[in-house]
Amino acid sequence: MVGKIDDFMRFHEAALSIRGQRQQLLASNIANADTPNYKARDIDFSAAMNHALSLKGGQISADLAKTSATHLDVQGAQNGVSPLYRTIAQGSVDGNTVDMDVERNQFTDNSLRYEASLTILNMQIRNMLAAIQG
Amino acid sequence: MSLFNIFNVAGSAMSAQAQRLNVVSSNLANADSVTSSNGQPYKAKQVVFSAVPVADSVSTGVKVSEVVEDANPPKMMYDPKHPLADEKGYVAMPNVNVVEEMVNMISASRSYQTNVETMNAAKTMLLKTLTLGQ
Repeated sequence: MVGKIDDFMRFHEAALSIRGQRQQLLASNIANADTPNYKARDIDFSAAMNHALSLKGGQISADLAKTSATHLDVQGAQNGVSPLYRTIAQGSVDGNTVDMDVERNQFTDNSLRYEASLTILNMQIRNMLAAIQG
Repeated sequence: MSLFNIFNVAGSAMSAQAQRLNVVSSNLANADSVTSSNGQPYKAKQVVFSAVPVADSVSTGVKVSEVVEDANPPKMMYDPKHPLADEKGYVAMPNVNVVEEMVNMISASRSYQTNVETMNAAKTMLLKTLTLGQ
């Protein structure tokens, strides 16, 4: 039974976790808008989501398996998906690739979608409670 | 919880921008300081930002790595009656470019505001997450 509730909520739980991570990346991009040579990063949400849903129950994240002690850690990779660099629309003299309009747009979009997931999760919980209590 | 890192990131950016604003105000205040404690005209100062990774996360904060002195030569002003004038009647004035400093000031305060907004958005998201299931 508990496993079924887990399955029932897994989708939005995974979505929330990835949205949270993405929000963090976007906040970093906004914070570094004036840092020379900083390259804006983002994650591919659908790839991250597919990866998270492909994991088996109870397995929270899949890091790369290290078969040798000399293998390096994948920097910044979380939930098995590593951040990618944004393609440059307009370059700047100091080598910074943050486009403030894109970042703010994505930041707002991402936080709205995060809240949408939260709302849906809340409704699922309410439905479940209604089913339990009758 | 990854969203808490946004506070660190936005906070680091805010303190870096505040430091930049501090340097700008010092430059503007000393735009006419012909002499200073070392006998030389005041030299404009500029902050250098660099990106710093936040521990155990994908996010990147900002820090002021150094404060450099502007390498531009002092502006020479013709004023033979000035006590610090050289034999040709020129006085070395600080190399502060007031227009540049004003632009710098507006840019710093806008960046500061954006980071405050980032922090507020993260706060709203966290508070909504806390009410999950209620």
